[in-house]
Amino acid sequence: MSFFARFAQNRGALVGLLILIAIIGMAILAPFLYPESPWRMVQRPFLAPMEAEGFWLGTDTMGRDVAAGLMHGAWVSLLIGLVSTTVALLIGVPLGAVAGYYGGLVDDGLMRFTEFFQTIPNFALAIVLVAIMQPSVVSIVLAIAIVSWPPVARLVRAEFMSLRHREYVEAARLVGQTNGTIILRQILPNTLSPIIVLASLMVATAILLESALSFLGLGDPNVMSWGYMIGAARTVIRQAWWLSFFPGVAILLTVLALNLVGEGLDDALNPKLVRERS
Amino acid sequence: MLYARLIVMRLLKAVVVLFLIVIFNFVLIQLAPGDPASILAGEAGATDEEFLRQLRERFGLDQPLYVQLWHYVSGIATLDFGWSYRQGMPVLDLILARLPATLLLTGTAFVLSLVLGIVAGSMAAARVKKPSGSLIMALALIFYATPLFWVALMAVVLFSVYLDWLPAYGMYTVGAGHTGLALMLDVAKHLVLPATTLALFFMAIYTRMTRASMLEASQQDYVKTARAKGLSPRVIQRRHILRNALLPIITLAGLQAGQMVGGAILTETVFAWPGIGRLMFEALQQRDYNLLLGIFFFSAALVIVFNIVTDLVYRLADPRIKEAS
Amino acid sequence: MNDTTPVLSIRDLTLALPEGADRDYAVEDVSYDVARGEIMCVVGESGSGKSMAANAVMGLLPKGVSASGGEVLFDGQDLLTLDEKQHRQLRGLRIGMIFQEPMTALNPLMRVGAQIAEVFEAHGKYNARERQERALALLDEVGIPQPERAIRAYPFQLSGGQRQRVMIAMALALEPELLIADEPTTALDVTTQAQILELIRNLQRRHGMAVMFITHDFGVVAEIATRVCVMRHGRIVELGTAGEVLDNPQHAYTRALLDAIPSNVVPQSRDAERPAPLLEVKHLHKVFRSRGGLFKPAREVRALDDISFTLAPGETVGIVGESGSGKSTLGRCVVRLEHPDSGSVMLSGIDYSSLKGDTLRRERHRVQMIFQDPYASLNPRHRVGYAIAQGPIANGVPRAQAMRRAEELLELVGLGAVAVDRFPHEFSGGQRQRIGIARALALDPELIVADEAVSALDVSIQAQVLELLDELKRKLSLSLLFITHDLRVAAQICDTIIVMQQGRIVEEGTAQEVFLNPREPYTRQLLDAIPGRAHEPAMA
Repeated sequence: MSFFARFAQNRGALVGLLILIAIIGMAILAPFLYPESPWRMVQRPFLAPMEAEGFWLGTDTMGRDVAAGLMHGAWVSLLIGLVSTTVALLIGVPLGAVAGYYGGLVDDGLMRFTEFFQTIPNFALAIVLVAIMQPSVVSIVLAIAIVSWPPVARLVRAEFMSLRHREYVEAARLVGQTNGTIILRQILPNTLSPIIVLASLMVATAILLESALSFLGLGDPNVMSWGYMIGAARTVIRQAWWLSFFPGVAILLTVLALNLVGEGLDDALNPKLVRERS
Repeated sequence: MLYARLIVMRLLKAVVVLFLIVIFNFVLIQLAPGDPASILAGEAGATDEEFLRQLRERFGLDQPLYVQLWHYVSGIATLDFGWSYRQGMPVLDLILARLPATLLLTGTAFVLSLVLGIVAGSMAAARVKKPSGSLIMALALIFYATPLFWVALMAVVLFSVYLDWLPAYGMYTVGAGHTGLALMLDVAKHLVLPATTLALFFMAIYTRMTRASMLEASQQDYVKTARAKGLSPRVIQRRHILRNALLPIITLAGLQAGQMVGGAILTETVFAWPGIGRLMFEALQQRDYNLLLGIFFFSAALVIVFNIVTDLVYRLADPRIKEAS
Repeated sequence: MNDTTPVLSIRDLTLALPEGADRDYAVEDVSYDVARGEIMCVVGESGSGKSMAANAVMGLLPKGVSASGGEVLFDGQDLLTLDEKQHRQLRGLRIGMIFQEPMTALNPLMRVGAQIAEVFEAHGKYNARERQERALALLDEVGIPQPERAIRAYPFQLSGGQRQRVMIAMALALEPELLIADEPTTALDVTTQAQILELIRNLQRRHGMAVMFITHDFGVVAEIATRVCVMRHGRIVELGTAGEVLDNPQHAYTRALLDAIPSNVVPQSRDAERPAPLLEVKHLHKVFRSRGGLFKPAREVRALDDISFTLAPGETVGIVGESGSGKSTLGRCVVRLEHPDSGSVMLSGIDYSSLKGDTLRRERHRVQMIFQDPYASLNPRHRVGYAIAQGPIANGVPRAQAMRRAEELLELVGLGAVAVDRFPHEFSGGQRQRIGIARALALDPELIVADEAVSALDVSIQAQVLELLDELKRKLSLSLLFITHDLRVAAQICDTIIVMQQGRIVEEGTAQEVFLNPREPYTRQLLDAIPGRAHEPAMA
């Protein structure tokens, strides 16, 4: 069975993929449908959804178009999710690979380091980092990457530890391959499937983290994001629930879609584990 | 005896971790652009020369870096977390005053999510290919994907604004002057929404984990042995599958402690729950970084204590570790 | 003593496999009886469907497998028509079962006594105190030392053999009329296996029950069978009394299986003059630390305790021992996958054990290894050609030349050059082992270490791979260090045999001496423990 056939067998994964494509479409189309800055005030404030033509999701406390904010926010969420996950992988994969492959003291040292980061409460650390580095896309990406790499390192280390005594790896050592070749050619390709699955779930978590930071007022002041929209509308929740509602649904759908796709990837990449599907 | 030694070992390790966090805080302040004193004072305090002078003195800013570090570390070692200019109180007092509210909230949410999650997860595991099992898992996935602060806001809109069933803000009814049982009931009523919204996300995690763990345990050889004995499915599920499946969940629950603190920051912010999470939000808004770092240190300490407890529980639950230690 | 009315009668049983399996039926038109007081051995290689009928009897068929014809009569009742609840009332009470993997078959979190007591509880027998008393008596009957301690032990505190005894105690707790034993000794050492077989035989005589014994090993069959049913591809190829089937097999497949068993006839050792040794192992020591159990406190394991021997060019030396004897550690120290604590490994005069880092990596081509597990020894992501050529490439041979050599080697091991472009999963276990041999030959090593190279293979495949090794040895005058737990296999291929026990060499000599006239009691014990040995002259 091909990769896609196995993926498509999981109907939830297909639905997730469709939602994800729609959201990517939103992000790409945003500059064309709403070429103006989403920060621009375009109507009177507190316009309810469908109340005025052209403002089908209404306006916010400052008279900005909610729909425009949503479309532009999609771009920010996806970008920050992808980039911070990539940075986390760049930290976690090499660390985990080296710790798992060499073992011993190297492993001890690197794992103490990883444990330290795992013990610190994630979100509190991200808040402190962004607050002190000053909120910006770069500081947010860095903060999210710094709090999300430990699970990658642990996963890669566990895979390397179980694979490094595999007979084919020992055979490669015996024929005189260098440690670098063994890590890159023999072991790493066999750990890619779980890394890909984890990465797709990490993008989802990163989007949640970004929205929570923005909600607390730690977003980049120059970019419109879903979390900021909810946070800005928090104090007027009694008058205008829709200001918080739509961005929240957008986050929920994006995160849900990424999780569904992650499960589908898991099914498709690890066919040997006949998982009981719900 | 063994436990006593174990606890001492873990406490020593905890001290090392906390020490590293203090150093981490120090490095962070040093790396940030600008004068550490004005960073700690934040924007609000930057104009108050007296306060800045006090901060400079605390760090010994005119002295070499290692002396500054020594000042900082020895201050925290004597539980001197400095002064919050904005709140006009020592940081330690502020945190200690808010700590009980956070413990109540996170404790309730933790028990709630763990119990409901394990129940829902085992139900889903027992109904693998049935619609009811799929429904549980679909709900768990949705709760897992929903931003916590958004659920909190929507809960306020629904249960407090429209239905008017439960109070949305604070921990007590202001000015009611309840005492004794009435006070407890009042607090309980205020606790319902924050604790439930905080629990939902973690319940989703435990549900998914329990189900996966139970399905894996049910594939094990000892389950086949149990069936060969003629035991009923119920006994096998409870005594053989669930007991073995719970071990990884204890570990997971320990790891979730840090997430719980993060969740508390968001929940307390929305519900104006007077805990250290809300305090952290206030510190952020006022750019009171000295307070922020103090809370950060405390929340890490909280997580470490919780990790030690789960570690001990795990040792009680798994005879293989008990005998080996 | 045989009562001829069968306890269990399987009639024309056909079990359908789920769609997409490699064949339609797990078993097809299978009929046999198991009578009171007899041990019926169902024997076959992996994939023969030998365990499937037993699963049907227990009502424990794997998901997707279903009965599509025939009947399974137990006490006049067709078990295939029972629902789960009715089946449950028979399991444990009237039909007991033991499995292959004693290490995982017990619940790790429950005390042994509680797990035995559960059998009584499942069928509502006795009160709590009586259950414990009975559990104690059972542990005593199955020969567990210090049963009053074992009853309070957790499974991880017992050895494999002891756990299998606990499994037997549970299966026999309610004195079932039928005991099903599915490969119960396969995961055990040869001496433990002999003890467990003895135990099953004794208990069967004492309780007079019917036993259905599933195995892949004709040696075990010869040891305990009353009657034998040989299966292949889901069908019965031969059915008869043990004497008939073993001494006068009618079917070609049965004969082939019997012939594949290494015989007791040992080839004449070559009395070559002994040139300067190629490999000289001197005073090797290696200690591992291990966690203890109930009957053995935490301790250091001396994996290698002053091991010295030599191997001449063109010679094959066999290292024989049970698990824990240190034989694999020895092999791994020779190829430098493991570091000895002290002592040296001299290879044509240079101290191979002292090489380090890049020097070691450049010299590694001199000693190569053939691994045990054909499924783990090839990287699933690499084509077979690269798997073989990677050694020469790492040692500076141009890629094209290395690939041409890989094709030649694949021809040599009987797979054909077309195999270079295929992936490991396209090959069977025996074929993969041939690829592993080709890979070991690719660097023209001075010495090859074969660590349990045929142990994971079915007996007929095992014979073919041994034949290939023997042929290559003569054609290429290989020097071979052959590590195995099976004395008979060693006797077939080795010139010299070294017997190891607990990290020490207990006996060393030519294959003939060791196999036919063992001097040491431990070697004799090992030989006696080989199942079916007494029967063998007739079989050969």
